[in-house]
Amino acid sequence: MKLSTNFVKDYIDIDVDVETLAEDMTRVGNEYDSAEKLINATKLVIGQIKECKDHPDSDHLHLCKVDIGKEVLDIVCGAPNARVGIKVIVAQDGAELPGGTIKKGKIRGEESNGMMCSIAELGLESKFLTQVDKDGIAELGEDAVIGEDPIKYLGLDDEVIDFELTANRGDLLSILGMAQEIGAIYDKKPKEIEIKYTEEGEDVNNNFTVDVQTENCSLFLAKKVLNVTIKESPKFIKSRLIASGIRPINNVVDISNYVMLEVGQPLHFYDADRLGNKIVVRMAEKNEKLTTLDETERILGIEDIVIATDEKSIGLAGVMGGLDTEVEDTTKNIVIESAIFDSVKVRKTSNKILRSEASNRFEKGLDPKRTYMAIERACTLLEKYADATIVTGKVVYDTTNNEDKKVEVSYQNVNDVLGTTIPKEEILNVFRKLGFNYEAKKESVVVSVPSRRLDISIKEDLIEEVSRIYGVDNIEGKLPVVDMKQGSYDRTMREIRNKMISLGLNETLSYILINDKEVKKFTTDKFEELKLLDPITEDRNTLRYSMIPSLYKIYEYNKARNQNDVSIFEIGKGFYKKDNTYGEDNKLCCLMSGKYYLGLDNTKNVDFYIIKGVAEEVLNYLGYEGRYTFEVKGDLPEQMHPGQSAHINVNGSIVGIIGKIHPSIEKEDVFVLEINLDELFKKKVGKMKYKEISKFPGVKKDIAFIVDKTLSSREIQKAIKTGGGSLLKEIEAFDVYTGINIGIDKKSIAYSLNFEDSKKTLTDEEVNVVIDKIIETVSKKCGGELRK
Amino acid sequence: MQEQISKIKEMTLQKIQEAKDSKLLNDVKVQILGKKGELTQVLRGMGALSPEERPKIGELVNNVRNEIESKIKEKEEEFKAKELQQKLEKETIDITLPSTKIKRGSKHPVNRVIEEIEDLFVSMGYDVVSGPELETDEFCFERLNLPKGHPARDMQDSFYITEEYLLRTQTSAVQARTMLAKGGKEPIRMICAGKTYRREDDATHSHQFGQVEGLVIDKKDKNVSLADLKGTLEVFVKKLIGKNCELRFRPSYFPFTEPSYEVDVSCFKCGGKGCNLCKQTGWIEVLGAGIVHPNVLKMNGYNPEEYGGFAFGTGLERLAMFKYGITDMRYLYTNDVRFLRQFDRKDEE
Repeated sequence: MKLSTNFVKDYIDIDVDVETLAEDMTRVGNEYDSAEKLINATKLVIGQIKECKDHPDSDHLHLCKVDIGKEVLDIVCGAPNARVGIKVIVAQDGAELPGGTIKKGKIRGEESNGMMCSIAELGLESKFLTQVDKDGIAELGEDAVIGEDPIKYLGLDDEVIDFELTANRGDLLSILGMAQEIGAIYDKKPKEIEIKYTEEGEDVNNNFTVDVQTENCSLFLAKKVLNVTIKESPKFIKSRLIASGIRPINNVVDISNYVMLEVGQPLHFYDADRLGNKIVVRMAEKNEKLTTLDETERILGIEDIVIATDEKSIGLAGVMGGLDTEVEDTTKNIVIESAIFDSVKVRKTSNKILRSEASNRFEKGLDPKRTYMAIERACTLLEKYADATIVTGKVVYDTTNNEDKKVEVSYQNVNDVLGTTIPKEEILNVFRKLGFNYEAKKESVVVSVPSRRLDISIKEDLIEEVSRIYGVDNIEGKLPVVDMKQGSYDRTMREIRNKMISLGLNETLSYILINDKEVKKFTTDKFEELKLLDPITEDRNTLRYSMIPSLYKIYEYNKARNQNDVSIFEIGKGFYKKDNTYGEDNKLCCLMSGKYYLGLDNTKNVDFYIIKGVAEEVLNYLGYEGRYTFEVKGDLPEQMHPGQSAHINVNGSIVGIIGKIHPSIEKEDVFVLEINLDELFKKKVGKMKYKEISKFPGVKKDIAFIVDKTLSSREIQKAIKTGGGSLLKEIEAFDVYTGINIGIDKKSIAYSLNFEDSKKTLTDEEVNVVIDKIIETVSKKCGGELRK
Repeated sequence: MQEQISKIKEMTLQKIQEAKDSKLLNDVKVQILGKKGELTQVLRGMGALSPEERPKIGELVNNVRNEIESKIKEKEEEFKAKELQQKLEKETIDITLPSTKIKRGSKHPVNRVIEEIEDLFVSMGYDVVSGPELETDEFCFERLNLPKGHPARDMQDSFYITEEYLLRTQTSAVQARTMLAKGGKEPIRMICAGKTYRREDDATHSHQFGQVEGLVIDKKDKNVSLADLKGTLEVFVKKLIGKNCELRFRPSYFPFTEPSYEVDVSCFKCGGKGCNLCKQTGWIEVLGAGIVHPNVLKMNGYNPEEYGGFAFGTGLERLAMFKYGITDMRYLYTNDVRFLRQFDRKDEE
């Protein structure tokens, strides 16, 4: 909302500069974007051209003598309309204009001591400019006084504050509302609006009817005015519209906008002769067509409120009028509409068609009193500035309740909520400043809330008013004195994060929205994908299920920037619909590629065993040591390398996936890991408990078996464990060998075994017995033979 | 015989002197002192001596033996020291070459800020809670006093997946869940940080962003006033942004609080004089806050005549940007590893 300070000063007598006003309004809750002069130009003066000759060395320049009161200036001017007698805007030597500084000098050998300006050169937005304003120097009226300030003469000596109002303060979308608010800050009473016109002729109700057929219109007023003269608006109307950001058209259209700005109630003017003698307000029919005044054919729906005749719709209520009944230069007689339409319906329609000053006001809600005030104010101005004859009476359809709401609040309540000790008198003072009537009781006050303040309906709203006008800055902050209590916090996610970081991984933050083409990748789970009804782009139209697509995107982003060593992880969510229920699971996802160890000799690219190490480290840290396996159970996702991938299983059920991205997708070696943390945590973990350390030293033995190449180490380990019995405490593979000397289909795996007895020191003989048993078991179960 | 002994002595001492390594030295030792060594032979030949001569010669031989032994020992020490020295020299490496290390791990700046906030509020007795990101319209809006068609819903254009389900536009959705969980009786002190989503995407708005939300509910006469809210947020802002920050409460409008405030901090870059960060105003908007709206209390099981509360919330990206001097919000989501790796050390206290 652009507030013209000149406009508001019609209603409130203040003398503060624009920055102070803007800051003071901010402190009561009305934020602003900018506060500045409408025209930023200096050293301008009204002059009159006394002489105008052609420049000897130019086919379009003129040599003018311009009287500016205290002196006569020689000015070289190129405007085609420069001629003797016209009154003009003169920028003197040193004048600052939006386009630059004016300096005296010589133009093609002739002295020029300033410049005559066009309206455009003053820096007005181009939407306010006519072709004349752009083409030539401004020609001021006869009443312009030589030597005086032309900006003031044009009424453009205004200062404008561009407010960003909150959604609940529809009342401030008006000069009257602003005056009331400013008055509350500076403790001044706003002036009354002038309503004064003469009515003539037969009552309008005798030959004009309004038929409201929908509950989405609570109030509809119509008045008729005759014989308007359509012409240019007076300067003050034009300049105030411009300062408020509205383009002047002609006196009649301008008056409807002027009243909307002033009162906050949008009006609509119909050409009465083309309208006929009846207005119907109804909901549009499905696919009903209407050509709006921007000459666009609109297809309407049953949620749109329309203004209509008996035959057809003629306007979209609150949003845009129709072309057929638009006020034109030839219009003589007018029907004025001042109405209240349902704010939600108007908002929906305007979102589809056009958001305008009018629709914005309907959306925020309107005060029925102002609806009446606006139609009468329009009559006042039409009589005065458009020579209109006002027809007696008005057509009224009114289902609103005009009574002021009564809201009671106790002084104690105010102070409890604010944490203050504001005395009763101060509280009452706030309501007085706001222009609210009230009845003060001993312990409480009953406030009659004016109908313009749609935002106030409960006592908390009144408490807010007290805090606003009393001043939040005057309320001292304090630390609550509360009962001691330990804050609770599940640190699991943070612990996992710290673990991953300690393993050298960089934490990312990715978007959960991905392309629907990606959502079924890197998983074989059965679920329904979740698509947005109204996405911003197709690339982000679906909620992810697996996080791997998100992290793979990050990998690709980095690879494109020659960052090939990528070891990243993220804890985030995957979303789904399964069995008609929506759900989201916490997931840990990790992607690794390129170098993991850095330095001279240990440069090694990430392989399966490194990311497996990461997975084991996390699972062990979370207490699942010995309870998980990496093995393929059922199908692997197509996007994973079938020979270097596995499911992660805990206690036999799948909780995640690990492995290499399929070479048909990614030619670099990229490894990924994803664990569904919510699934994992369903497997409960016992308490961390101390286990007695054996007092007797253990015996270490290395042993190697030659087995079939395809046999997994896990199978051999299982056999070793069976054979090793209770004395075998640790098994670790430390070498794998393949070579022609052991057979082309064979491999040798070496294990380091640790034996321990908690009751005594083991002898070699005892260990050898166990080893023989191991060799026997491995041979029987795996067909492995001891490598000598 | 004495002559023979002194000859052995001289010869031996000279050999010891000339020995080039510990092996040669050992040879000398065996040659002279071993079982068949020259000096041992002399001792063995003592039987032929007269009883008067025997002790004299015996003493002499022993003296010579002792002297030789000590010389050998001395020489051995010398060799050991030399060998050790050689070993050390051989093992000397260029310590200026790079170390072997695994790649640097790092914590995302937004999560760093979340953890800092959570720690602060846990220390003040708040519970850290969380809620679903795929929310229902009921919890995201309706239970927060935002009925369908409410104009304030426009401020947060949303990503719906059905009529009823949407990606939450605000962590405030967790307020209602927490209140319902407490059954309308117990006091609440909770903090909730997480991802939120709105249908907008430009230089200063990401369609996905982080928010943190605090809620305190208690008996009305107890510590839930605007003054308490102010005091709490002062602690918050001074910890997160800077000790010298000043706060400004500006009345504003949120449907779930009444009264509502936007909270500005004095610009930490220019100290309030006006700069490009604060758009010349001297203030930077950081928080939204207010006294919980009675409708919100009522709808979620608390009697507004008996209970009151305050709530506050803020965006996490901006806090992270302020804290680390990050110039463009988009860096937080592009995840360039050169960006991520910078957040690899502990924050200063």
